[in-house]
Amino acid sequence: MAKTTGKSGNGSETPKSDNSVVGVAPDSENKAMNILIVGVGGQGVVLASAILSEVALSAGYDVKKSEVHGMSQRGGVVSSHVRIGQKVFSPLIPNGRADVILAFEQAEGLRWVHELKPGGWMITNAQKLVPPIAVDKKYHYPEDALQQLKKRADNLHVLDAAEMAESLGNVRLANTVLLGALSKALKIDEKVWREVISRRVPKGTAEANLKAFEAGKEK
Amino acid sequence: METLQNQRLLLSGNEAIAHGAKAAGVRFASAYPGTPSTEILETIAKFPGIHAQWSPNEKVAFEVGIGASLGGARTIVCMKHVGVNVAADPLMTFAYTGVKGGFVLVSADDPEMHSSQNEQDNRTYAKFAKIPMLEPSDSQECYDFVEEALTISERFDTPVLLRCTTRISHSLTPVNVRSWKDVPVKGFEVDIAKYVMMPNWAKPRHQAVLKRLEALKDFTEETPLNRIEWGSKKIGIVTSGVSYQHAKEVMPEASYFKLGFSYPMPLKKIKEFASKVERIIVVEELEPFIEEALKVEGIACEGKKLFPIFGELNPTLVQKGLSEIGLVPEPSTDTAAPIQVLPRPPVLCPGCGHRSVFYALRRMGAHVLGDIGCYTLAALPPLESLHACICMGASIGMATGIAQVEGSKRPVFAVIGDSTFVHSGITPLIDAIYNKANVTILILDNGITAMTGGQQHPATGRTLQGSDTIAVDFVALAKALGANHVETFDPYDFNATWDTLKGAVKRSGVNVLVTTRPCALFPKKIKGEPYQIVAADCNGCGVCLKIGCPAIARSDAVTAKGLAIPVIDESPCTGCKLCADICPVDCILLRSDIGKERVEA
Repeated sequence: MAKTTGKSGNGSETPKSDNSVVGVAPDSENKAMNILIVGVGGQGVVLASAILSEVALSAGYDVKKSEVHGMSQRGGVVSSHVRIGQKVFSPLIPNGRADVILAFEQAEGLRWVHELKPGGWMITNAQKLVPPIAVDKKYHYPEDALQQLKKRADNLHVLDAAEMAESLGNVRLANTVLLGALSKALKIDEKVWREVISRRVPKGTAEANLKAFEAGKEK
Repeated sequence: METLQNQRLLLSGNEAIAHGAKAAGVRFASAYPGTPSTEILETIAKFPGIHAQWSPNEKVAFEVGIGASLGGARTIVCMKHVGVNVAADPLMTFAYTGVKGGFVLVSADDPEMHSSQNEQDNRTYAKFAKIPMLEPSDSQECYDFVEEALTISERFDTPVLLRCTTRISHSLTPVNVRSWKDVPVKGFEVDIAKYVMMPNWAKPRHQAVLKRLEALKDFTEETPLNRIEWGSKKIGIVTSGVSYQHAKEVMPEASYFKLGFSYPMPLKKIKEFASKVERIIVVEELEPFIEEALKVEGIACEGKKLFPIFGELNPTLVQKGLSEIGLVPEPSTDTAAPIQVLPRPPVLCPGCGHRSVFYALRRMGAHVLGDIGCYTLAALPPLESLHACICMGASIGMATGIAQVEGSKRPVFAVIGDSTFVHSGITPLIDAIYNKANVTILILDNGITAMTGGQQHPATGRTLQGSDTIAVDFVALAKALGANHVETFDPYDFNATWDTLKGAVKRSGVNVLVTTRPCALFPKKIKGEPYQIVAADCNGCGVCLKIGCPAIARSDAVTAKGLAIPVIDESPCTGCKLCADICPVDCILLRSDIGKERVEA
């Protein structure tokens, strides 16, 4: 399923254990790494960015994350900024400076792709969620979102997280699959990811979520 | 919760305020929910040893807080920026009486109006009420400043404003949490001249406030809450709150005057700072609050000519402003313009009981005066059946006013949610009845404060800390107040909804109509058997697409006449059956009934 393009794209190969970085890592310089997680209200964007932030904190980084609650929870657009580094000031990613965008829905990936910096990574779920407004013929869902993303993002990684989650037995594992894919873009020990995921997911689902994380990492 | 001491945690500003309150020995917390402030009380409520409560509105929350403080308990009262308008009456005079137990008012402002009807800058309230103000810049400061504020409150005998904004309240940053302090409740002591604000005692208390302000002006010059970070002497940036973070991001090399205690401002210290740098820039969101204070003091500075007076700031806007005078390069333009993707406005949830009411109002051609809550979304397409929304509780008064001047030839309705009705709908209902208006008031009672994420309120029968309590009975209340006609109806039954609304229009006097369906999300997610569209029977009229249900979409299939046949996504469909009720050809059926029909056929 993985479609990767661009310079360092090797996402379809199984990453080596210690050398699995395909994107960029929080560096020792005073520059934050910027991850923008986007999707539709109700998809779990806020929880996913919370897990990522916990992972960064556990790995010893400074971290800030910011998003907007309220109106956006009723099926609206949700975007969560996560910034990781030795020292992070603003909780907001400067325009066009996202190192990685993780999109839970492909049209949302397209909506935010201009925030990706040159050489950045767009990781997107293949899922399509057509908003109710599209019943009005004025509005068209972009059926060619993935093709457009291919043109705009220097590095594109597409995975069908819903299908992968379903094959693991529970469609609700899709978010953890996406976190697995995201983990490849960050130079953070997998042990930390596994520990935080086990701690943050509902009781009794840790094993299934770790499998989902692994599946996302492999894709 | 006991384990959450002496650790490093990743907390939102709101959570950090709650943890800070517990650590500082707060015994009482009250609020009315409102984005971006809601999570403060939700977090505090989980700590042992604190009485935490939702009050009907911010004024009551504030007044109960005054009582807790006069009783000698450390107290925190939290609200969104517009909530302070509601609480402004007690605030302005509590500023005169002063406190017994430390008292902190948290105002969570919403620059950019992510979830609000205006973006007023509540720093103005500190100056207006002559009370000290603290502005945290991250979650650690949220945590630390609560105790600082309580100490200042008790030392200077004043309520203290802790002012946050969305990007402080809802950003997660690391916090070192300490162990909890126990501060005993001191007990109420009679002091008539201090606590009874009749003119003879209010006059000397105003003098006491002015004296206190002078003492606070000395304090602000010394407190480490205001600090200088020396860098290049070419530029000195004066800033507070989240603006400090954006500025540091863009221009880390500058010298900074960071205001943590931002009213009264340390003007002498800023003047001295200004004398040591070549140029002073003020970076602040919304109003030129700092800039004007500096200019009155004769400190030359630049601010709002570089940065917008509306919306929130971000690193890019700060960089753009600073680049205008050549201090930093312009923000990079190496990324292309945004791609236009169809909008995705928030919508009423599948199964929301409000939907049928607004569909009926639209079909009736009614003029609808609305209120604050999820149902405000009915103003958006395709329902577009809510025509005014100002503030909490305004719907009933607006409908009454239109009726009194006969300003509409159409049926006029006020539409208000249960929590909003309790907040400030009861007094305008009394007004309508007292002044004999001809209005129909719809109380959309879904049994929860839904828009802010499902909070209890006085008509739900549950408290914030989870105990059962007495629930307000809207029908009995409206009858007791003297409404001409009061009835309930089930909004899942469209025919009953239509008949009830039509019936009310024919009656004069005040009609109060109350819905009876719980929220589809809170306290538990409603999921019934989904409906399906029998494509063979569909005539493609598209009526079911006009109710704005996220579960119904166009499909590629068409009727013989080439009209699109809609399709129901079974996963979000809750089985509310509104679409089935309004379908003119009865082609929308429960999944289990489709087979039956075929067998019968």
